[in-house]
Amino acid sequence: MLVSLAVLSPSFAAITVFVYVFIGSSIRTSMSNWNSFARLLSGEYVFVGTQNYVRLFQDPRFQSDLWNTLYFTLFFILGCLAMGIILAVLVDRNIKGVGVFRNIFLFPMAVSFVVTGTVWRWVFAPGNLPNNPRGVNLLFDMLGLNFLQWRWFTSTESFLNFNLALIPVIIAAVWQMSGYTMALYLAGLRGIPSALTEAAEVDGASPWQVFWRVKFPLLRPITLSAMIILGHISLKIFDLVYAMTGSGPGNVTDMPAVYMFETTFRANRYATGSAIGIVMLIMVAIVIIPYLVNAFKKEVKTS
Amino acid sequence: MEVKLQGPYHTGGVCMKCLLVLLVVILSFAVVFGGGVVEVFSWWTGGGEEEGLFAIFEVFNEWYPDVEIINATVAGGAGFAAKAVLKTRMLGGNPPDSFQVHGGMELIDTYVVTGLMEPLSDHLKEWGIYDKFPSAIMDICSYNGIVYSIPVNVHRGNVVFINNAILEDVGIERVPDDWPGFIEAMKKIKDAGYIPLALGDKDKWEAAHLFESVLISTLGAYNYNGLWEGRTSFDHPGIEEAVDIFHELMNYVNDDHAALTWQEATRLVFDGEAAFNVMGDWAMGYLKTLGWTPGVEFSWMTVPGTKGSFMVVTDTFGLPKNAPNRENALKWLKVIASVEGQDAFNPIKGSIPARVDANKELYDDYLVWSMNDFATNALCPSIAHGSAAAEGFITALNDALNLFIANQNKAQFLRTLRNAASEYVY
Repeated sequence: MLVSLAVLSPSFAAITVFVYVFIGSSIRTSMSNWNSFARLLSGEYVFVGTQNYVRLFQDPRFQSDLWNTLYFTLFFILGCLAMGIILAVLVDRNIKGVGVFRNIFLFPMAVSFVVTGTVWRWVFAPGNLPNNPRGVNLLFDMLGLNFLQWRWFTSTESFLNFNLALIPVIIAAVWQMSGYTMALYLAGLRGIPSALTEAAEVDGASPWQVFWRVKFPLLRPITLSAMIILGHISLKIFDLVYAMTGSGPGNVTDMPAVYMFETTFRANRYATGSAIGIVMLIMVAIVIIPYLVNAFKKEVKTS
Repeated sequence: MEVKLQGPYHTGGVCMKCLLVLLVVILSFAVVFGGGVVEVFSWWTGGGEEEGLFAIFEVFNEWYPDVEIINATVAGGAGFAAKAVLKTRMLGGNPPDSFQVHGGMELIDTYVVTGLMEPLSDHLKEWGIYDKFPSAIMDICSYNGIVYSIPVNVHRGNVVFINNAILEDVGIERVPDDWPGFIEAMKKIKDAGYIPLALGDKDKWEAAHLFESVLISTLGAYNYNGLWEGRTSFDHPGIEEAVDIFHELMNYVNDDHAALTWQEATRLVFDGEAAFNVMGDWAMGYLKTLGWTPGVEFSWMTVPGTKGSFMVVTDTFGLPKNAPNRENALKWLKVIASVEGQDAFNPIKGSIPARVDANKELYDDYLVWSMNDFATNALCPSIAHGSAAAEGFITALNDALNLFIANQNKAQFLRTLRNAASEYVY
């Protein structure tokens, strides 16, 4: 008992300081008037209640940030799950050379979001239509598919508050993370006892039925984990967007994390920046806490 | 906190290790070089800038061979990443010995009024060079009449760069320097199938850069400077006029401006796709790097309506309080304030020296033109580059312009601008 406490205490102390104390300090800052460098440095704490939050939610930029986060998260998760399971099923066959493909699909995960963002910015930079297309628009031009040319992430069109300029960003993000989702599903598929699938086959189930009725339900915990992992990446997304598009015209590709960075470190509005951070924390908490509670309950049951 | 961390949460431990390694590296430097070190913080990592910085380092090494320079740079255009790092270091009480900062409010509002900087007037007097800088530039670097940073270079913001071949092709001999004439010329260029005005505002400040040049043209230098000195109100009709002109200009920029950085926009001029580009004269350095000669493939002029005004963008170095190597930092400042230091740096960087007594023979045609204007024109501090207004105002203006370009709501833009002015300027 004493030994385990001694072993645990350093990490416990570190987590307390580096996570929870800092969260507390951010909450405290977010309710102060520290919206300039001078006020922050003076250290004089003036409590303003929820004023920073109220102003934030009235701010048109933050409103588009929230919509962007919602749609980005939705399509990013759906895209990754769909691509992930398709790739996993394809790779989960004992064909020669499949290992090469598995590595190719997994490889984007090894690249940082900043690199991905820069490269995809070149890919989707629209150029000046119709005379000087660039990137994919140039490709469409060469293939004679000019009707597919589009302004991509510089477009300001939106549909039900979904800024269509997010589509290229979602494609880039899905490209990066679907290999990882594939790896998760692959582990899940490998973990399904062959007795189950064989039994289904003996009963005359088609391969399609085996997949949907037997394998897919068994993969539910994997899907849930993948959703949690992808969800918290997407709610906090910064580097990809920052490198690829920035805020975009009229904030069409802006994200809370980008706004947080700019308002804190460019405008010196530390209180507002902390408020954005806390809103992001709450969004992630809404996604993760139910999962943690669920996992904890299971652990208690099994032990 | 000498804790050994286990499990997945070992970020703290890694940090400690990094710090220890850093400490050891710094200490070993100090041991090897008896004269100690000086840490110079800047965002000069790009082409032309880095070479220029190294040229000053050479002068420094000649003067003080026993002091080793630690070149602390954080990459990123216009220093946005570097500024964030610097602020965190200043807040944490861990300042570098000397750091790059745009002269003006970026220095004054953020670091001087908060009491983080040492005054430098006495040192300049002691070195006998206090009167070697134009008073207007010293005012930008001063607070309550005391100088807090030393300008090493001056860039001009209100310049149009022109692709000569396109003008020849379209048949424009002289570009008019008033807005109606300029817009007429842009119409011609657009009809001929070229992009009239190259803009790349992915990082937002480029739009503010264009807007502030237009603002000088409608307000005039005196009233423009008055905005920041409290003489001119933000209800001045010149501001609305500037918004209208800016709005009109947006009809002549490239469609994909939101996807481009300033380099990529300047590149459109180089590639023969666009005729004009409004940018600071670092764009000239970029065009030269690409292989063009000033006056041959491209020419330049002041932004229409701003003749006689000089939009100043100046890089300066200051001395933070509690600098770990204060004596060496003063040596560094002495070098960058010297004619030798400024003349080593500026021809390479593509900027003009802040001193009035530099050797003109070292500079090319464009820079001599700029030096002559600098000596005679009305100097205006730039908003986009941190001189005119507090950083909160700049961010608000960037955001407002970004929204205005997309939704073209003039009333909303003016309201945001005035709100930002009443919060940050008055």
